[in-house]
Amino acid sequence: MSSLRLRAAIVSALLFAVFLGTWQIATLGSGPATSMSPEYAKLMGATATQGKSAMPGPAEVGAKLWEHLKHPFYDNGPNDKGLGIQLFYSIARVGTGYLLAVLVAIPLGFLIGMSPLVSRALDPFIQILKPISPLAWMPLALYTIKDSGLSAIFVIFICSVWPMLLNTAFGVASVRKEWINVARTLEVGTVRRAFTVILPAAAPTILTGMRISIGIAWLVIVAAEMLVGGTGIGYFVWNEWNNLSITNVIIAILLIGLVGMLLDQVLARCARAVTFPE
Amino acid sequence: MSTFDDPFDPDRVLSRSGCVCGRHRSASDHERAAAGLRCEETTSEEKRYEGVVASAVMRAVFPRDAARRAFLKSVGASTALAALSQFFPLKTATEAFAEAVPEKKDLKVGFIPITCATPIIMAAPLGFYAKHGLNVEVVKTAGWAVIRDKTINKEYDASHMLAPMPIAISLGLGAQPIPFAVPAIENINGQGITLALKHKDRRNPADWKGLKFAIPFDYSMHNYLLRYYLAEHGLDPDTDVQLRSVPPPEMVANLRADNIDGFLAPDNICQRAIYDGAGFLHILSKEIWDGHPCCSFAASREFITSSPNSFAALTRAIVDATAYAAKSENRKQIAEAIAPANYINAPVTVLEQVLTGTYADGLGGIKTDAKRVDFDPFPWQSFAVWMLTQMKRWGQIKGDVDYKAVAEQVYLATDTGKVMAEMGLTAPSTAYKSFSVMGKRFDPDKPEDYLASFKIRKAS
Repeated sequence: MSSLRLRAAIVSALLFAVFLGTWQIATLGSGPATSMSPEYAKLMGATATQGKSAMPGPAEVGAKLWEHLKHPFYDNGPNDKGLGIQLFYSIARVGTGYLLAVLVAIPLGFLIGMSPLVSRALDPFIQILKPISPLAWMPLALYTIKDSGLSAIFVIFICSVWPMLLNTAFGVASVRKEWINVARTLEVGTVRRAFTVILPAAAPTILTGMRISIGIAWLVIVAAEMLVGGTGIGYFVWNEWNNLSITNVIIAILLIGLVGMLLDQVLARCARAVTFPE
Repeated sequence: MSTFDDPFDPDRVLSRSGCVCGRHRSASDHERAAAGLRCEETTSEEKRYEGVVASAVMRAVFPRDAARRAFLKSVGASTALAALSQFFPLKTATEAFAEAVPEKKDLKVGFIPITCATPIIMAAPLGFYAKHGLNVEVVKTAGWAVIRDKTINKEYDASHMLAPMPIAISLGLGAQPIPFAVPAIENINGQGITLALKHKDRRNPADWKGLKFAIPFDYSMHNYLLRYYLAEHGLDPDTDVQLRSVPPPEMVANLRADNIDGFLAPDNICQRAIYDGAGFLHILSKEIWDGHPCCSFAASREFITSSPNSFAALTRAIVDATAYAAKSENRKQIAEAIAPANYINAPVTVLEQVLTGTYADGLGGIKTDAKRVDFDPFPWQSFAVWMLTQMKRWGQIKGDVDYKAVAEQVYLATDTGKVMAEMGLTAPSTAYKSFSVMGKRFDPDKPEDYLASFKIRKAS
């Protein structure tokens, strides 16, 4: 077992080294451009004068990343804040929208799972609303809610509600009939049955839904913030894209991936905690 | 012509109406000079205010002109000023005049990160808002549609908008009709047609059939100027080329990715494309229409009526900043002030080339044109009339439109003129002027005739 783990780690490290090497070679410049007067060259960027690749190399990205990590919480006014602050805004937004979605999806999912009538009645609506791209909601949200911050939260809410709703409904509906029958025989009331029998039984499925949802919410926040602007890691990406600073964009991509992985891991832990052997 | 041109420039056309004695450029100049306090160039803000207040006091003390003139002649201006200060606290009055208390001090103003917004942006780091008693947060915004929605939703109190946008919003084009107003034009000139480097031997617009161009927004001067330019060269912009709406900051990336062949875009975007070796400057927009407006400073009527003093202070701050930006000796300092990530987020070299007008053209040459971009706040209503003719020409407005009524409702020439006069700047005495676009004269009194004279237009 441990030798397998070791071997996998070695392969991972090798792949990473190959990746960095290729990256470095691919971004080597083509050498300084000739036939350019020095006055003219002074007015031009390094891409034009040095034949420098528009893509930054790994060393450049590493240096810049170190710079960002040294001052994650600086605040130079409303349009320029440190990466730590931007990530905090994004996580706060995702958290709010996601929590609202949990509050709506789980009770509603329970209802759908427990009542075949509600399930049939709501089915067409869910089927139509589920596949809509969250960003398609954005103009509508901006227009009706009239607040860009709330619109972003609404978009998070609307996109993370569906996987949770469907998984909850599925989990609740597929609780073993025998367990429910046993509860009935023992004359357990509906509310108590829901909390003591159905909830623990459906919990692993519900948490799987929640895990899918947090992933989607994190995917969407970046796009939503690019559109709405102001604060957040998505805004940071957009702002650096404006300045054509690919270095910063790459750093942001790295961090987005890292935070997404952390969020996913937290929910995976929770899911493991409620899983039971049958 | 810019309001801030050197008045002692011998080439300057003195086309304004002038005053009764004929020695001054306008009636307000004459009055100020008549007050006998000074006839030299204004030196500073405080001096200007002092002059305005003092002349008002002089008028109050001597309601009859003849008496005032006689008094000034007999004792001289400086004695008169000293005598006046004896019984009237000129200093205190000047200060009071400069600060009518704003209803709302903390304001949010949206901007798009381009050099057109220079006065709006620089007013924050260089302290023009603070000077007029405001605490303004300037907020960078992703695109024109978003800035429109955020201003309509009152997230922003006022905004940087393309000059035709407030007209479009007021008329309900592409949005619910909401009355908006423009107290100040941000910049004149300062745009350009940039083409991808591969088109460097294709400089004749008649050969541009099938190319893809980006413009920042449908309701933009860029759209109207590019269409005008193409149509003058015999291309129908609706059928012969593709025009795409792309937010300015994304244009260079699109040009490099070969998604578009060129764009008519605001600076610093044009210069940025050159700086990064992605394109070259075909022409400056100034070569299409010298002195054309581009961006404006806009606010909703609701904000203006609910917080008139805040609005007036904002207008003063913007006019003040614009006056500062109009002076070429200040441009380097401005470039440094607006370059950081909090504002435009662009290399200082690029902004300097745009603002000082000494720039690389992308083909190996260095060009100089001090008026590449210029700043003049006066919202000429004839600008609005011209934009309306183009909106009609390209089918954005269908049916009849009362050109002058719309222009006068949206472009606040009278109010801005008053603010400028209060601040001791020369305001034009009329809100309409005629100008020519690519050699063709535009008469604001005959918009329908002008519109009818174009062969290429959208069939209505």
